[in-house]
Amino acid sequence: MIRLAGVLILLVTMYAALFLSNENALASSNLIDLANRQGFYGLLTLAAAVMILSGSIDLSVGSVVGLGAIVFGSLMKLGIPPYVALVLTVVLGMTIGLVQGLLVYGLKLQSFLVTLCGMFVFRGLARLITGGLGVGLQQVQNPDVHPEFRNSIETMRYFLVGIDSAEKLRFPAMLVVFIGLAAVFGLLLHKTRHGRCWYAIGYNEQAARYAGIPVGPYRVATFVVCSGLASFAGCLLLLSYGSANPDTAGQNMELEAITGAVLGGVSLRGGEGTIVGIALGAAVLPLLNKLVTFLGIPTEVIPIVVGLTLFFGAFIDEFIRRRSAGRTG
Amino acid sequence: MNPPLLVVENVGKSYPGVRALDGVSFALARGEVLAVCGENGAGKSTLMKIIAGVVVPDAGRLELDGVFVRPANPAEAMALGISLIHQELSLAENLTVLENLFLGRELTIFGPLGLLNTTAMAEQAGKILTRVGLAKSLLHVRVGSLSPGQKQLVEIGRALGRDTRILIMDEPTSSLTQTETERLYEVIGGLKASGISVLYISHRLAEIRACADRVIVLRDGRFSGELAKEDITHENLIRLMVGRDLTQYFPHTRGAPSVAKPTLVVDELEFAGGRAAVSFQVRRGEVLGMAGLIGSGRTETAEAVFGIRGIRGGRIQLEGMPMSVRKPSDAVKAGLVLVPEDRRHHGLILEASVGSNLSLANLDRLSRSSWIGAGRERLFHRSAIDALAIKTPSAWQVVGALSGGNQQKVVFAKWLERAPKVLILDEPTRGVDVGAKAEIYSLIDKLCARGTAVWMITSDLEELLGLSDRVVVMHEGRLSAPLERADFSEEAVMSLAVGGKS
Repeated sequence: MIRLAGVLILLVTMYAALFLSNENALASSNLIDLANRQGFYGLLTLAAAVMILSGSIDLSVGSVVGLGAIVFGSLMKLGIPPYVALVLTVVLGMTIGLVQGLLVYGLKLQSFLVTLCGMFVFRGLARLITGGLGVGLQQVQNPDVHPEFRNSIETMRYFLVGIDSAEKLRFPAMLVVFIGLAAVFGLLLHKTRHGRCWYAIGYNEQAARYAGIPVGPYRVATFVVCSGLASFAGCLLLLSYGSANPDTAGQNMELEAITGAVLGGVSLRGGEGTIVGIALGAAVLPLLNKLVTFLGIPTEVIPIVVGLTLFFGAFIDEFIRRRSAGRTG
Repeated sequence: MNPPLLVVENVGKSYPGVRALDGVSFALARGEVLAVCGENGAGKSTLMKIIAGVVVPDAGRLELDGVFVRPANPAEAMALGISLIHQELSLAENLTVLENLFLGRELTIFGPLGLLNTTAMAEQAGKILTRVGLAKSLLHVRVGSLSPGQKQLVEIGRALGRDTRILIMDEPTSSLTQTETERLYEVIGGLKASGISVLYISHRLAEIRACADRVIVLRDGRFSGELAKEDITHENLIRLMVGRDLTQYFPHTRGAPSVAKPTLVVDELEFAGGRAAVSFQVRRGEVLGMAGLIGSGRTETAEAVFGIRGIRGGRIQLEGMPMSVRKPSDAVKAGLVLVPEDRRHHGLILEASVGSNLSLANLDRLSRSSWIGAGRERLFHRSAIDALAIKTPSAWQVVGALSGGNQQKVVFAKWLERAPKVLILDEPTRGVDVGAKAEIYSLIDKLCARGTAVWMITSDLEELLGLSDRVVVMHEGRLSAPLERADFSEEAVMSLAVGGKS
């Protein structure tokens, strides 16, 4: 509860600072853009949070985002209709998760290790697919490639990322998508036995096993969920930017996702974290980026600010935890 | 009589909502071994922590050698010659015995350079090891590779190195084998002879009788009484700890177990890490006690039957039907549950609430097509907590904050809701105070009366012989023929446990 209050105060302060910094900040286009980015990071944070609260970690998220964007674009270029391509990309992502999950559970390897390897492998795969070149929606829609996809791509862009045919951002569609998914995951985490099992495994895998919970399938499922969400985010990335480069698409996003989750109160020790916290935590980084820009601070300092925010967030959390532990002990 | 070394006068300590210690007074003589006894939550640990400077009391005074002292932290207490050895040892596992003995007070030469004076340290350390009965050859061995008993002795050695006058030990034998425990008694005898006073927290009667000169008993934070060496008996101790006579410590209200059909048949079972094929039966409504030395393979057998250890051969039958267990969830579904030995790692999620621990083993019952009904869950929590009289402020309480006895009751409660056919208990009362022990014994008796087959692994002979209907003894992975109640004796069990014939 204190954790939630903390991140809430942080957000309110930052919004206040943003609005006071510049009257343009209140412009609706600006707020829509911010909300849209928060929705995008929300998806990734959700993916990371499911892993962390069940006691694993996924370092391959960023690479899977990149691979998702590249595969989605490449499939369309090959003539696969956009909706089918989207579904196939997400299925590919879930397969990646399945493989990583089976490696972790079946061979009893550490998730840190397996997904660290995955981080390199999937980044490399993305480069391999296009020979290092980027993919773009324009290439797909070219008159001599697949002009017939133009309509479905435009519809998809409008409903998934909020950009209309005139390349104008109309509404924070990614936030809407995120809220929908967050609602589903909120119910899953807090109202079903599956959520209970994930938390239990995150706290103490052995005790969960001794309580008769099939730990393996639940573990593997988190990998499937995480990589599935990441590859979907990759598709959104391509739709929102219009193009994606295999070297940079999704770069560092695994760490940003973990940051969001930790800021939102998901304990790296596993077993702790709520959907509301995850959503609030996810809102911090995009807002911070925006704020730095509007305050006229050089963007180079953003990583420093992110690092310090995370440090103090975690520090205060640990401090409160120790104090309350001291009282009961 | 000599003036006492330490006088504790009217010491009290409150935590928000709890009066942990209330006006406790006692005196400790030079070279005296004083046992401190009481249920969990009686205030023993708080009292010891106050003496050792870990906790500052909010009432009362301490006198050491007739001088008023008030240690504000462990370092000050150590400077006064008071050392506390925690239940969980605080040795650096990656360092050698020598390095541990001098950790934080290394002897150096060349002053500011701070070069380690290894020769001097080795010489002193050698003397210390002799005093605690450890071989000098262990000096350069890494502490991580020592047995729990040896670690305990190193910890004592470390206290001796600091010129300790009062040594406080918190349940020092909880993880020691019988031989190691006896070794510890000898060392304590030696300390006593050299004038060191020992304060010794323990639950175990045999232990208190073996090494204490006197015992003081705390109950609910107050001084409940003291017993001189010759008055230390089970009855007296329990009377002081619980505040009432326990005429029915091991109740036997159930009828004779049904001989006809065994509930669980384990036939020639072979499993990973097992040394021989194991066969035995547990009948409906009986307690089958399984005795044996630590490491004889009892826990491993239970783990195999519960699906944690891979099964290599043999058969398991439940109520006459063959049963295949590959994982714990198979066993649980079939109606066979385990209260594991290691409560803190396997039995409970300590950081989670009482409620979620209770729910965890019953998620299938609490949910309809995966949805957990909040109302149904609340009702279940309330009935489970009431049924076993678990002392907790609410179902939201973090389980790790409960006493050992109440934690163990939570483990029982989470399984009992499933009305198991077979209940496997692995050291069911380890780290559990006397009051809760009595409750657990009567619970086991009631379950048997209802027809549950109980398979109880225990190292506590009193409990084994008091509660079991039949006893089998494991020695190096092999199981003896069952002993019937008429043939029960400590000698028979111990002789089988070390490989003799009954």
